[in-house]
Amino acid sequence: MAIEDDVVVIGGGIAGMTAALAAAREGAGVRLLAHKESTLRSASGLVDVLGYDADENLLSDPFEAVPDLPESHPYRTVGVEGIRDALALFDDAVGDRYRGGHTDRNALVPTHGGSVKPTARYPASAAAGLASDSRDALLVGFETVTDFDAPLAAAHLESAGVPFSVRGTVISFPGDFRVDAKVTRYADALDADERVEVRGDGYSTKLPVREALAEAVKPHLRGAERVGFPALLGQHRPAEVRESLEAELGAAVFEVPMGPPSLPGMRLEGALLSASREAGVRFTTGNPVVDYETADDREGTDPDGRVAAVRVERNGAAIPFHADQFVLATGGLVGKGIDSDREGVAEPIFDCRVAHPSDRYDWFADDAFGDHPFARFGVDVDDDLRPLDSAGDAEFANLRAAGAVLGGYDLAAEKSGSGVSLATGRAAGLAAAREVTNYS
Amino acid sequence: MSDAEQPIDPNDANDVREEETVANDEFEPVQVFPESEEMDLRPGSDDCYKCSTCDTECPVAQVDDDFPGPKFQGPEQWRLKRKEDQDIDDSVMSCSNCMRCDSACPSDVPLSQMHNTARGEYVETQMDKLSREYVRNRILANYRTMAELGSKVPRLTNFVMGLDVTKWFNETVLGITSEREFPEFAEETFREWWRDRGGPGVRSEDKRVAYFHGCYSNYNTPEVGKAMVEVFEAFGYEVVVPKQRCSGTPMFANGMLEDAKRAAGINVENFSGLIEEGYDVIASCTSCSMSLRQEYPELFSYDGTASVAAHTYEALEYLRVHEDLEGALAESEVDAGEFAYHAPCHARNQGLDGQAVELLDHLDGADAEDVGPSCSGISGTYGWKDEKYETSMKIGAEMFEHMEAADAETGMTECPTCAMQMEHGTGYEIRHPLEVLADALVDERSD
Repeated sequence: MAIEDDVVVIGGGIAGMTAALAAAREGAGVRLLAHKESTLRSASGLVDVLGYDADENLLSDPFEAVPDLPESHPYRTVGVEGIRDALALFDDAVGDRYRGGHTDRNALVPTHGGSVKPTARYPASAAAGLASDSRDALLVGFETVTDFDAPLAAAHLESAGVPFSVRGTVISFPGDFRVDAKVTRYADALDADERVEVRGDGYSTKLPVREALAEAVKPHLRGAERVGFPALLGQHRPAEVRESLEAELGAAVFEVPMGPPSLPGMRLEGALLSASREAGVRFTTGNPVVDYETADDREGTDPDGRVAAVRVERNGAAIPFHADQFVLATGGLVGKGIDSDREGVAEPIFDCRVAHPSDRYDWFADDAFGDHPFARFGVDVDDDLRPLDSAGDAEFANLRAAGAVLGGYDLAAEKSGSGVSLATGRAAGLAAAREVTNYS
Repeated sequence: MSDAEQPIDPNDANDVREEETVANDEFEPVQVFPESEEMDLRPGSDDCYKCSTCDTECPVAQVDDDFPGPKFQGPEQWRLKRKEDQDIDDSVMSCSNCMRCDSACPSDVPLSQMHNTARGEYVETQMDKLSREYVRNRILANYRTMAELGSKVPRLTNFVMGLDVTKWFNETVLGITSEREFPEFAEETFREWWRDRGGPGVRSEDKRVAYFHGCYSNYNTPEVGKAMVEVFEAFGYEVVVPKQRCSGTPMFANGMLEDAKRAAGINVENFSGLIEEGYDVIASCTSCSMSLRQEYPELFSYDGTASVAAHTYEALEYLRVHEDLEGALAESEVDAGEFAYHAPCHARNQGLDGQAVELLDHLDGADAEDVGPSCSGISGTYGWKDEKYETSMKIGAEMFEHMEAADAETGMTECPTCAMQMEHGTGYEIRHPLEVLADALVDERSD
């Protein structure tokens, strides 16, 4: 029973990493347990705070709208200052990789489907693509990157009424890459500026790939002042790749965030990982947390109402990780932090209560894009983010929850996922660290 | 860890110490398809929603444009080969079985299990048993058989294996690269040392472990096995060393599933009996523990397989869970210096990749710097194949650079073949964390 830390955080997404980072910076000894590689690899890399209100109106200032949210919303628990402090923590951790910190207003970032997403922080690589910018744009897709149909995305943007003209074109990525090459393969080639074979009329030559790509785009430029590519412009040196392309093209270059596997998500994962490591967070990844132990586990009762350890399972064996404080940041229905079957909805590790109608036909609305109750399923918490049981008491004195495992908000409809994760992650991490430093 | 593993049934007689297993009360889907035959991976394949995250983690796909990646080798290949007229794509032989795709998948698709199954079927039904590739792979996969012969006359073997003519023969006739130096056989195997010292030095009723030493620490680096025994005995454990075969790792990677199955049968039988007597199984090689923990229950169904999987641990992991290892290290001191630590893929997959660095943090006089998440590239027998050597070195390049950039002149890892690659790429001496622990915690070392 010897693996012991001050704080154990369960979950490796934005909420978990933020909780771990916040706690470690307060001086707590923190371990983060994650089942798999971070789900940030599937995330767009955009950090939304609040994009739409309950009536689906686009919000220009998310902070202004927070006091009008229902009381059950996690933002009401942490408050506007909590959100601002969390964004400050984020800005500090990611440095100049992100933009948006200069204003309270939402930025409008074009997505790979051609819609416009309101977001609070966006990768520097997406900065030149903002929909509020009036420069004419060209979107460039690649024949082999089928997730991004540039002409279709351009048409969608035009019909959304963006204040600039936008065209889309599809070219083949220069060089002899396999037709189903991974996005990371293109990114690596651009990072290293690999020389690729380029064929012209009756000749072939070898060019550095950044130059070859710019040459292939030039004939389509026709006066566009900025050029958008699917987000694969480098994995480790995106700023340098963009600068090379801008110099060759004589136009601003931006990335359009993509679905998984997402390079902006992977870069964000890298940034948060290094900030957390630097703060001393220890990572243990590869197996799921399935269960917990209380101090008095053998008798099955725990007079203190405290979690003593969580158990990580691998092929039938259970490895306990002990700590003084625990943060649950395992995600929602999609991230498997909330589980459901035909009988009910549950939080699988601590069996915290998840309020839900007993008749499962009341879990959803008939309209596909309707106001679905299931989107708000999650644990209810007190002011200190401790999950509550059916009597309204904290389930455990030393367990807090953060991110999508929380109930009471619809992250998909209101575009608030990352913001809630950051704000509640920071608050839970700080609260956990405070308890620990009080002890010592 | 995968979805398609054999579920652990707490009432299963196979699992002889059920109280430590975790109850599995997962939702049972409605059975709409007919009863599946053995090894049907369809459910796992249906869990793949094509996010392609596995492809971004694959070290082979990263450097070899011809390799279609784990998503193709797993769920795609599985769907394709369900049509009877569809052959398995030969690119499955370019998978190095690092198993990184398993921990990349957000949906628990049993990728490496699919790869192992497809590779086994490819070798069984499509590969010419008289081909140079088959013969070579069979020899590489059955390293233990060669090693057993070679270690009887270690000096002669080392001499012969080092000869240019041997290397020439291996490369031109067998397709084993001449770029690498064969690992030297020890003058005395671990088992010989164990026998000569008279077996266990400590007897205990309640602290007992059975050591799975694997081939490499027996024939090539017995010092690792000795360190393991001495550290555990220092903590009061009774260590036993049952008869054992190769864990099967090189056999899985070469699609020699029948060979692996035979070896696994012997290992499961010998170790599961000891588990009933209260022993846990410990390994000092992370590929061996991975094999017993994950590949056995995924691929075989001997009585006791689930029990062996549930009771197998990596040596340091076991001590961390059951002893105050950090406390013991905090009170110790060594003169070991800085290490450039590489976490083997099979340690990473077990969630053990941060462990050695964390532990040495507590020990005065030793420090380990993690050289990053890159794969070493050798992947057991993979980097020994003439046609794979270049790929193997390309994968390893990042690790070599990081090792050289680290503030250390000695390398450290738990995996014997990673150690070969680290040494080959940098010229550094490579040590096992257990050796440093033995220096710190054992008063009188036997060597």
